[in-house]
Amino acid sequence: MATVKFDNASRTYPGNDAPSVDRLNIDIADGEFLVLVGPSGCGKSTSLRMLAGLEEVNEGDIWIGERNVTDLSPKDRDVAMVFQNYALYPHMSVADNMGFALKIAGINKSEIAKRVADAAKILDLGDYLDRKPKTLSGGQRQRVAMGRAIVRNPQVFLMDEPLSNLDAKLRVQTRTQIASLQRRLGVTMVYVTHDQIEAMTMGDRVAVLKDGILQQCDTPRGMYDHPDNVFVAGFIGSPAMNLFDVPVVDGGVKFGSVTHPIERSFLTGVGKEVTLGVRPEDLTISMEGGGLPVTVEVVEELGADAYIYGSTTESTGDIKPIIVRVDGRTPPRKGSVVHLTPKGDHVHLFNAETGLRLGG
Amino acid sequence: MALEITAARPDPALLDLPWSLPLEDWPGEHLAALPRGISRHVVQFVKVSGTVIAVKEIRAELAVREYNMLRFLKKIDQPCVQPFGVVSGRTTASGEKLDACLLTQHLHFSLPYRALFSQSLRPDTAQRLIDALAVLLVRLHLAGFWWGDVSLSNTLFRRDAGAYAAYLVDAETGEIRSTLSDGQRDHDLDIARVNIAGELMDLEAGGFLAATVDPIEVSQTIVDRYRSLWRELTGRERFEKGCRWRVDERIRRLNELGFDVDELTISTDFGGATIQIQPKVVDAGHHSRRLLRLTGLDVEENQARRLLNDLDAFGASQDRQNDDQAIVAQDWLSQVYEPVTRTVPRNLTRKLEPAEVFHEVLEHRWYLSERAGHDIPIGKVIANYIKYVLPGKPDEAAVLGVDTVEMPVAVALRPESQRR
Repeated sequence: MATVKFDNASRTYPGNDAPSVDRLNIDIADGEFLVLVGPSGCGKSTSLRMLAGLEEVNEGDIWIGERNVTDLSPKDRDVAMVFQNYALYPHMSVADNMGFALKIAGINKSEIAKRVADAAKILDLGDYLDRKPKTLSGGQRQRVAMGRAIVRNPQVFLMDEPLSNLDAKLRVQTRTQIASLQRRLGVTMVYVTHDQIEAMTMGDRVAVLKDGILQQCDTPRGMYDHPDNVFVAGFIGSPAMNLFDVPVVDGGVKFGSVTHPIERSFLTGVGKEVTLGVRPEDLTISMEGGGLPVTVEVVEELGADAYIYGSTTESTGDIKPIIVRVDGRTPPRKGSVVHLTPKGDHVHLFNAETGLRLGG
Repeated sequence: MALEITAARPDPALLDLPWSLPLEDWPGEHLAALPRGISRHVVQFVKVSGTVIAVKEIRAELAVREYNMLRFLKKIDQPCVQPFGVVSGRTTASGEKLDACLLTQHLHFSLPYRALFSQSLRPDTAQRLIDALAVLLVRLHLAGFWWGDVSLSNTLFRRDAGAYAAYLVDAETGEIRSTLSDGQRDHDLDIARVNIAGELMDLEAGGFLAATVDPIEVSQTIVDRYRSLWRELTGRERFEKGCRWRVDERIRRLNELGFDVDELTISTDFGGATIQIQPKVVDAGHHSRRLLRLTGLDVEENQARRLLNDLDAFGASQDRQNDDQAIVAQDWLSQVYEPVTRTVPRNLTRKLEPAEVFHEVLEHRWYLSERAGHDIPIGKVIANYIKYVLPGKPDEAAVLGVDTVEMPVAVALRPESQRR
């Protein structure tokens, strides 16, 4: 088990001008579950592979524990990439399926048996060690595959979209298993996904990347409550945060017909407009009729809650889509116009030019 | 969502397949019982318009990605299965979504490694398969393909004059790069070594591996074979100015390995006393291209080597070394090759490919002549071969039998009458 450190690590592919990963700095604690997330091409897989030794590091360093591993070969880094291949061998017992790579590595029989037994206990496979894979359920087979990585006792586990080729049901099941397994083993894990829900539900911390640049690295809660910029604000959360530009007025920002109060210091030197972000659950329908007028287009009833998908032409004149979560018992009707105001101070402000967060 | 079929040449018969059923549950009437490799996905062989296609159930974006990857590999002339299409938008009768299917054509006369471990095979089969896989891996790496999941299961084999030629079957984890770093190549090799060891240990556990074969020892040879071939194909060589023959020598060695040199850089040091050469672009298929040019026969590399040797011997025996090669080749084709391959009775043509039959007849001639102590005429050799050797061979055009994922593999290849 070990810490991991990306220290100004960059990777530029031959023939490219822009780096695919640009001066990445992340400190991962011993036993932490860190998720790298972002849209395709953001550099998340490249970052993981730099850590694994599969991509050259052109600048900066990568540390595992006290060792600078920047120039070490993949084999010498003591990391395990999980799910390279989880096809199980039909004639071999579950124990042999888990331990065969140790046999190749020349580890003695008693040590292999011990490690397999330990891993099987953690994976609830203790009763199945002598069985053939054919007799196992889909979920149990997944766990045997995980066992293969666990018995190697690596310092760090690496997973690159491990669930992407599973069907939806097995995906949710395995997601939970991986997260709980990581906690039971207490092992450092770096996990790559393009799915922000997966990232938010699994990680101790989440690192959002875009165009090779780290946007923010924070706990899921911190990321959700305090996105550092417009990109993170729009990327994290489902349905996504509503984001639109609003005029700066005396005492705050204009939110439809009302002024939403903002501390003066947040708005000094930001220009005439700022980007305002408000999550669907942080909007309320104003009974008095003041606020942002929104035409209701679709009402999605989920029982306890309902989502309203609508649009507004207020503020900039362009049609902007708006999503609101409301009480499921009394949703407004399709076609009606409702007026919205933000709840309390659950409003995020970003510089309209730079996209960076304003204030706290 | 409506069913969507993407294919270069879509066959309307595809519409008749039971797409609304999970692939696992397809009724037997649609299936061809070909041996399958070990796969993490459900794979079935399906009969469509008189041909056989392999169907793999997999998520839509992965199916499309793999389909395009295989098309690309085909385009740049890499040995891989022929992609056929992608079927997406599948739902069950009750409207539940099903994963997409990737379709590839069944490679004629190809064999999964598990089908090759029958008792009748030579004990060094494992080594020959690994040699073929090493060549495949080097070729793919030269083309910038980073495989990610190298294994015997993800490869198909065709007989190649006593050896094997390997084809890539599973490109799911693959990526195309302009060049691969040493770390990336090492990673593929390391995965190959572990996977091969696991696959052989599995055969061992099932009792299908000769006791003399050590899975770990044999799996290590993929690394050695790969490295020596890679070194020969890409290595830099330095020699004194006077030794210029070494340029030709290097090209000849590459040809012998079955590669053509498309680009070779030659540089000298400042004083010009030493010369340095390094192949930049090499292209596999030296012998098969030459044979194709001369005769129109499209066969595997070692088969081509064998046929070309026989062609040269034919020219020499008729004292025609100075004649136009193409004319000698045409005579050889009509007087030697075709008479041999055409003699095979129709009911035995599914046993082996014609070029492999020819290779075996040449081998057989050698054995018969050695035993007799003098040359046996080719006509007698063929008759003897067809009567005593060929009928005992399994049908390999499309190997039918029990599923090799779970089964004792040897049984599948033996005729019905000999089964336990």
